[in-house]
Amino acid sequence: MSAGVLPYTVETHPVTGVYSGKLGTWLFLASEVMLFGGLFSAYVLLRVGAPEGTWPTREEAELSWKIGGFNTLTLIISSVTMVMAWASLKMHNFAKARIYLIITVLLALLFITLKLSLEYYPHWHEGLKPSTSVFFACYYTMTGLHALHILGGVVVMLYFIGPGASLWKTDPEHYTNRIECTGLYWHFVDLVWIFLFPVLYLMN
Amino acid sequence: MSDHDQGHHHGFLRTYVFSTDHKVIGVQYAVTALVFLFFGFCLMMMMRWQLAYPGHAIPVLGDLLPKLFGKDWGETNMAGGVMSPDLYNSFGAMHGTIMIFLGVVPLIVGGFGNYVMPLQIGAPDMSFPKLNMASYWVYFTGGVVMLASFFAPGGAASSGWTSYAPLSVTATQGQTWWLVGMVLLITSSLLGSVNFIVTILHLRAKGMTMFRLPFFVWAQFVTSFLLLLAFPPLEAAGVLQLMDRVAGTSFFMPQGLVVSGVVQDYAGGGSPLLWQHLFWFLAHPEVYVLILPAFGIITEIIANNTRKPLWGYRTMVYSVIFLGFTSFLVWAHHMFMTGMGTSISAFFATTTMIISIPSVILLTCLLITLYRGSIRFNTAMLFALSFLPMFAIGGLTGLPLGLPASDIALHDTYYVIGHFHYVVAPGTIFAAFAGVYFWFPKVTGRRMSEKLGKLHWFFSFIAINVVFMPMFFQGLAGVSRRLYDQTLYSWGDAMQGWTITSSWGAWALGAAQIFFIVNFFSSIKLGKRVTENPWDATTLEWSAPSPPPHGNFASVPTVHREPYEYSVPGMSTDFFPQNVSEA
Amino acid sequence: MSGSHADMSKHVKMYLGVLSALFVCTILTVYASTVNMGHATNMTVALLIAAFKASLVAMIFMHLKWEGSKIIWITLALCALFFSLLLFLPMLTTTGLPASTVYSSWG
Repeated sequence: MSAGVLPYTVETHPVTGVYSGKLGTWLFLASEVMLFGGLFSAYVLLRVGAPEGTWPTREEAELSWKIGGFNTLTLIISSVTMVMAWASLKMHNFAKARIYLIITVLLALLFITLKLSLEYYPHWHEGLKPSTSVFFACYYTMTGLHALHILGGVVVMLYFIGPGASLWKTDPEHYTNRIECTGLYWHFVDLVWIFLFPVLYLMN
Repeated sequence: MSDHDQGHHHGFLRTYVFSTDHKVIGVQYAVTALVFLFFGFCLMMMMRWQLAYPGHAIPVLGDLLPKLFGKDWGETNMAGGVMSPDLYNSFGAMHGTIMIFLGVVPLIVGGFGNYVMPLQIGAPDMSFPKLNMASYWVYFTGGVVMLASFFAPGGAASSGWTSYAPLSVTATQGQTWWLVGMVLLITSSLLGSVNFIVTILHLRAKGMTMFRLPFFVWAQFVTSFLLLLAFPPLEAAGVLQLMDRVAGTSFFMPQGLVVSGVVQDYAGGGSPLLWQHLFWFLAHPEVYVLILPAFGIITEIIANNTRKPLWGYRTMVYSVIFLGFTSFLVWAHHMFMTGMGTSISAFFATTTMIISIPSVILLTCLLITLYRGSIRFNTAMLFALSFLPMFAIGGLTGLPLGLPASDIALHDTYYVIGHFHYVVAPGTIFAAFAGVYFWFPKVTGRRMSEKLGKLHWFFSFIAINVVFMPMFFQGLAGVSRRLYDQTLYSWGDAMQGWTITSSWGAWALGAAQIFFIVNFFSSIKLGKRVTENPWDATTLEWSAPSPPPHGNFASVPTVHREPYEYSVPGMSTDFFPQNVSEA
Repeated sequence: MSGSHADMSKHVKMYLGVLSALFVCTILTVYASTVNMGHATNMTVALLIAAFKASLVAMIFMHLKWEGSKIIWITLALCALFFSLLLFLPMLTTTGLPASTVYSSWG
C-alpha cells in the first residue's frame, strides 16, 4: 500500500475481482433495491387488502400509458447513452463521452419535465392528490422518490461533466471507473422505472 | 508509511472536526454516543420517579426544569413538579429511540467499529474516508434533530420508539421531527455499512485471509450487511408515515378513524399493520446489530484474558453468519398479537426458535474458551465475563416471547422490557464498557484506573440486576409496559414494591457511573502511560503505537498466523502476535 | 474489459441490440395490458416482461454477464431473497383470515 493513497481505487482486488468503488456501488444498489422493495411491498399489501371496487381502474386512475410509455423509452435511451459514455472513455475518447453524458442529462431532464408538466401538475389541479386515495398516495410517493433519484443522478452527472472532469487529465482510469459507477446507479434507476410503469400505469 | 496525508499539515478544523481519519471519526462517534447514552439514561431516571412515586413531585428537577424551560412548559408538562402523562410518554419514546439509534449502535459500530476494525485488519484507513466523515456528520445532524424535537409544539415524539400507526400519524409535531431524524440516521448507517464491507474485503493486510480475521471484524462484517439490507424498508416506511402526516395520505390510516371524538379526515384504505411489517422488518435485524458487535468485543477480551486460543473460531464465524441471515426471517414474532393466522405465526415461531441456536453456540464456544484458562480478572474481563450470564438470561427469557401461546400472556408487559434490557444493558452496554477499558490504552496511550474500574463494575453489576430482574415478576403478574401509573390497576398496585425496587436500582446504577466518568476523564491526562501492547495481545492493533499516527502502522504489517495464538507450546512468551514472523 | 476498438464496436452493437429489444418489450407490455386475460394472468405477464427487460439492463448495461465477483452475486442473491420475503410474507399474514376481519380493520 503506497503512502497516502488507498489501494484498489483503480486496480481490481485479487479476491473480489472489482475495484472498491464498484463494490461499494453495488452494495449501495442492493440497499436501494430494499428501499424500493419496501415501497413495492406496501403497494402489494394495500392492493391485495383493498375491498372490491375501492381501487381505481385504469380509466379512473387517469394515468396516460402514452406518456408513461414515452418516458419509459426516454429512460431506456438514456441508459444506452450512459453506457456509451463509459464505452467512449474506455476507448479514450473524452469528447465523445462528454457528449453522451450531456445527452443522458438532457433525457433525464426531459423525463422530469414531462412528469411534472403532463402528469403531476394536471392531476393535482384535477384534484387527484396523494391524499385522494391509497392508489394515488402510492403513485405520487413511488414515482416521486424515483424522480428524486433521477435528480440525484443528474447532479452527479453534471459534476462529472463540469468540475469533476479535471480528474480525466490526472487519472483517466479513475475517472472512467467513476463514470462506470455512475452508470450502474443510472441503470438501476431505469430498472426501477421498468417495474413502476406496468405496475402503476397498466394494471387494474 | 507514517503520518502524512500528501504531506499536508491541516488546521484544527480539518484535524479534529472534519477529519477523514477513521480514528478521529471513531472517537467522535464514541464520545457523541456516550453523551446521548447519558441523556437517554437521565430521561429514564426521571421516568422511574414517576413509576415509583406516581403523582409526587420530582425532587430538584420538578422545580428546576419549569424554571429552565418557562412557565408555559412547566404548566403543561410538569405542573406542581409532577411529570405529566404526555411528558412521560415522550420520555419513554425518546429513551428507546436515543439509546438504540443515537447511543448503542453509533458507539459499538461507529465508535468501536470505525476505530478498531481498520487497525485489526492492518489497513491505513477505511476504503472511503470522506464517506466515513459524511456518515458521522449525518448522524450528528440526525441527533440534533431528535433532541430539538423536545422543543417542538406538543413536545417530542410520544408514540413509542416503535411509532405504531395510527397513533403516530395523529400525534403532535414532534413525531415529524422524529421521522426526519430517523431518515438522517438511517442514511448515516447505510453509508457506514458500505464503507465497512468494502474495507474489510479490500484493505486487509498481506496474509490476513478471511479466516485469520479477529472475530470482532467478522461480527462487524455481518452487522454491516444487516444494516445495509434491513434499514431501507424502515426508511421507506418513514417516508410513508411522513406522507401520511404531512400530505394527508392514507398509507397507514383506516377510514373513519375517531380520535378524541373527532373523525379524522383521511381517505382511508390504509393499513396500520403495514407499518408494523415494515418497521419490524428492520427492527428485528436491528437487535442483532445491537448484540453482534458486543459479542465481537467480548470475544477479543475473553481470548486475551484467558491466554488461550478461542475455542471454536470457525464455528463462531459460521454461527454469526447464520445468525445474521436468519435475523431477516423472524420479524413477525413481534406481531403475534395482531391477528395473523396460526400457520404464519407457526412459521415465525419456528424461525425464532431456530435463531436461538447460533446464539447458544456463540455462548458455548466462549464458555469452553474459559475452561482451563489462566484468567486475568482485570476490569475489561469482569465486564466481559458478566456479559455471558446476563446475555443468557436475556436470551432465555426471549423464548416464551417467541412462542405465540405464552406470548399471549407476556406481550406488551414488563416481561418484555426485562427481556430486552437484559440483552442490551448488562449485555451490550457491559460489552461496550469492557471495550472502553480494553482499548482506552490504544486510543490515549494511558491506562484507566483498575481500582475505579472494578468499583464501577461491581456496583453496576449489582444495580443493573436490581433494576431488571423484578421486571420479569411484574410482567408475569400482568403489569403492562408504557404505563404512566401502574397502581391504577390492582395487579399493578400489588407489584408496586418491585417498581420501587427497580427505580432505586436505576438511581444506584446512575450513581455507579460516576466511577466511570471520573475514571474516563481523569485517565486521559493522569492515567499510567503504556506502550503498544499493555495486554500482551495478539491482534494487529496492538502492534501499532498507542495512539496510532495517521496511517496507523510504521511499516505495513504482514500477517503470519491466526488471531488468537496464546500459550503456544514451546514458546517463551504466552502470546504470538499475528504480525510477528516465525523465529 | 479491454479498450481495443474492435472489441468496443462489438459492444456498441450489443448495446443497440439491447435497446431495440427493450423498445419491443415495452410495446409488448402495453399491448398485453390491453388484452383481458384475467387479473392474475395480466399481472404475471406484465411482471415477467418487466423481469426480462430488467435482466437485459442488469446483464448487459450493468455488465453482470461478465461480472465474476462472487461477493456481488452473493449480495444480490441475498437482496433478491429478502426482497421477496418482504413482498410476499406480509400478504400471507392476512390469508386464511375471514375477509370481514381483514377489510373491516382497514376501513
